[in-house]
Amino acid sequence: MNRKQNVTIKGTKDGLTLHLDDVCSYEELKKELNQKLTESSRSSEDRLISVMVHTGNRYLSEAQEEEIKELIRQKKNLVVESVRSNVITKNEAEKLKQDNEILSIARIIRSGQVLEVPGDLLLIGDVNPGGTVKAGGNIFIMGALKGIAHAGINGNKEAVISASVMKPTQLRISDSLTRAPDDNVEEGKREMECAYIDEDNQITIDRLQVLMHIRPNLSKLQGGF
Amino acid sequence: MGEAIVITSGKGGVGKTTTSANIGTALALQGKRVCLVDTDIGLRNLDVVMGLENRIIYDLVDVIEERCKVPQALVKDKRFDDLLYLLPAAQTSDKNAVNSEQMKKLIDELKQDYDYIIIDCPAGIEQGYRNAVAGATKAIVVTTPEVSAVRDADRIIGLLEKEEHIESPKLIINRIRPHLMKNGDMLDVEEITNHLSIDLIGIVADDDQVIKASNHGEPIAMNPNNVASIAYRNIARRILGESVPLQQLEEENPGVFTKIKKFFGVK
Repeated sequence: MNRKQNVTIKGTKDGLTLHLDDVCSYEELKKELNQKLTESSRSSEDRLISVMVHTGNRYLSEAQEEEIKELIRQKKNLVVESVRSNVITKNEAEKLKQDNEILSIARIIRSGQVLEVPGDLLLIGDVNPGGTVKAGGNIFIMGALKGIAHAGINGNKEAVISASVMKPTQLRISDSLTRAPDDNVEEGKREMECAYIDEDNQITIDRLQVLMHIRPNLSKLQGGF
Repeated sequence: MGEAIVITSGKGGVGKTTTSANIGTALALQGKRVCLVDTDIGLRNLDVVMGLENRIIYDLVDVIEERCKVPQALVKDKRFDDLLYLLPAAQTSDKNAVNSEQMKKLIDELKQDYDYIIIDCPAGIEQGYRNAVAGATKAIVVTTPEVSAVRDADRIIGLLEKEEHIESPKLIINRIRPHLMKNGDMLDVEEITNHLSIDLIGIVADDDQVIKASNHGEPIAMNPNNVASIAYRNIARRILGESVPLQQLEEENPGVFTKIKKFFGVK
């Protein structure tokens, strides 16, 4: 019987691509991978070859993934560039969803209260002085921002903060920080504003409409209309 | 079955005790049976403002620790025929002498006998505050037109909103000085109400008579002609469900001379 190959190696101009079968047992796979790599390793070349691993519909635990990587690395001049799989765990999916969703909340964040969300925040209400909102992504406030807003808490410098009335005590984006000017004289009618980190790594406040040019990724709608 | 209303503010010195005394008095004047409860254990003074200090025999801690029955500790205000009572705080213990469950039990007991239980809350957000709100079903937040007082009121409203047994709190803005507000030197009523976004139940002008009356142990609400007294009476009527328009705090009409000066733009 002509046994189906569990490991297929393909050469591309970027390096090697290993397709690992997702039906056979893990032990079998490891054995065959080791065998194949030993056969085909030509140690004459000094050049490093990058390897991409595709695991198909097989889920590799972190330990297994590390084991496979180690196995490949042991062969001379092979470097693992990435490991790709078609499947992720529920937890990973959940986290991915949370990090990418816009959470809408209708309430007033009062002095002493802290609201934190993993993804984007859409607040229908105000942030009063002494109150804080934090988000892993962007912050959109439909009311007045008079307290502290911290966008991109996990280090996302692309994050933005926008509010209908922008009178914050402090604005933080990623690890940058800015505070309100001490002389709060300029009053009067103001339109919706946004804050972002500019090219000089400074937090800048501008009209909301500039966002579509500097942060085109904010549009989630695919295609035209 | 009565209603228990806690009077609170977060910040000290904005007039919680004066407000408690006067709302209680005004409700009693409307013919309701009222019990005032001072929860500021260790720093009591509602009894002083009510002029009942020398009649205290037992206090709140005695009741909680079952050294006496509830009616024994209640001090009757003789100016009101069997309508107004005070449960004084202890002066010798501190706030940790009582816990929230004990307070709740006590207030529930008082609710059987009285139409309104007005709970005077201590300043701060620690045990004393938790005790004061434990038995309440309604809350009134007192603030003054100062940024610091409004900030603390905001904090307290946030905490009150987390208490599921308390209805959405109402706001009293105390110690308003109309001329400062008019000039824009003081936060104005609309600004504060918008900022805190809760219902306004009354505004009270800053009046010298209030201090004088408190020092005499006679709540200002007993004086029928005073501007602050009318404000407290209006608040009591609003608590009873009447709709009373807000007081106009503008000063009396300026004289002819002032009008002429204003016309020419002279200050």
